Amino acid sequence: MSSDTLTLKVEFGGGLELLFSNKRIRDVTIPAFVPGDSSVPSPESESIQPTSLKQADVTFLLHYLREKHLTDRPELFMEKDTVRPGILVLINDTDWELEGEGDYVLKDKDEIVLISTLHGG
Amino acid sequence: MAPASCALCQNAKAILKRPKTGQQICKECFFYVFETEVHHTILEAQLFKPGDKVAIGASGGKDSTVLAYVMKTLNDRYKYGLELFLLSIDEGITGYRDDSLETVKRNQQQYDMPLKILSYDELYGWTMDAIVSRIGKKNNCTFCGVFRRQALDRGASTLNVDHIVTGHNADDIAETVLMNIMRGDIARLGRCTVICTQGEDTIKRSKPFKYAYEKEIVMYAYFKKLDYFSTECIYSPDAYRGHARAFLKDLEAARPSAIIDIIHSGEAFEVKEEIKATQKAQQTCMRCGYMSSNELCKACTLLEGLERGMANSVITDRARRKMDELRPAPDILRTIPQYRSPLPAVSVEVAPQS
Ligand code: SF4
Ligand SMILES: [Zn+2]
Ligand SMILES: [Zn+2]
Repeated sequence: MSSDTLTLKVEFGGGLELLFSNKRIRDVTIPAFVPGDSSVPSPESESIQPTSLKQADVTFLLHYLREKHLTDRPELFMEKDTVRPGILVLINDTDWELEGEGDYVLKDKDEIVLISTLHGG
Repeated sequence: MAPASCALCQNAKAILKRPKTGQQICKECFFYVFETEVHHTILEAQLFKPGDKVAIGASGGKDSTVLAYVMKTLNDRYKYGLELFLLSIDEGITGYRDDSLETVKRNQQQYDMPLKILSYDELYGWTMDAIVSRIGKKNNCTFCGVFRRQALDRGASTLNVDHIVTGHNADDIAETVLMNIMRGDIARLGRCTVICTQGEDTIKRSKPFKYAYEKEIVMYAYFKKLDYFSTECIYSPDAYRGHARAFLKDLEAARPSAIIDIIHSGEAFEVKEEIKATQKAQQTCMRCGYMSSNELCKACTLLEGLERGMANSVITDRARRKMDELRPAPDILRTIPQYRSPLPAVSVEVAPQS
């Protein structure tokens, strides 16, 4: 495990997995440092240095999931720079509202759970 | 951020911020307060008495799955003395209801409750699949809603239960309040927040999760590892409801108490007795015996439209009588079996029209 990437366990639930090729759990490897605006670097732009870097946080992870793993209906996943209201996020089994939400700085092996509350009754 | 400790026991690590109160609490305290609040809702509204037979309307979704679990827990813990059943309606929607019914069947094992499944097909002779292929995806939810309501009552009467509880949560009720405001439907506005409804001739229905936030229901299911089904119905259009829901979630994000506040404002609109008195008197459907405010109940009217191949036009009593003159209905139409009310028959006096 090199220190310039982080490997995270990401789990989807409550129907959200349907937007991610119906796969509930996946390991996701992301850079430890990412562009300050959470934009996801594409392979071609690798050489271009973004003006500012930040430690990878949950906001970046959300953008990364949308770019790399989402297969259906992006509007049901995110709104502006965060998850759509009605999607719950847990960081290591704790409500992300207690962990600083999108600003939480990710650590290697963190477990992130995303659950939709909007499906089915 | 340093992990906060629980605001209630000051001991364990907080895992959840309660939307209702903003309190940060630990897992065990969360389970306890969630269950206790439902218990208080039940006590305050005096929903049950010992010996009651209660059917839980179970769809396999999050709300009814958590409801079944919590009802069982509370019934054991506080000795309510209830006999609990699971009651599921099979609308006949391939790839949706057939899968969710598998979840209900697992719940039956897990919670050790008798399960009754009643299908649209056996009751009405039409599955939702067949209805949609006939009428398209426009009014399907109108049919589905009317058929489900009557199917639940009929299922309950077969089980001989006194009471149906459903998993409607605070978000659902707040959403319905919003929609009734948007439509200007004042009569429904007050009624939709009532925790327990019982008409002359109907089985009691109530909503023990009236004050339970959706977020907490989903968190409860997650932390308890409850097994639920979460796929959208393949025929769900309901754009209106979608809007109201999104609006509500935005409000909640800005101010979590908005949901309870909306419910309270709906409650403030209780319909005055005089207005109720002018509403049509209840009678029973002349064809199937189910309660109805017209000659035919809504289900029989819709069914007749389907059978006559004119489901998209509203059939009034007068138009139907005319059609009957041409071709008597019972000969050509499939009808719903006779409804047997679980309650002793009461004679309903129909007030003369003034
Ligand atoms: S979305 Fe409409 S058709 Fe589907 S189950 Fe609900 S009411 Fe029935
Ligand atoms: Zn605690
Ligand atoms: Zn009828």
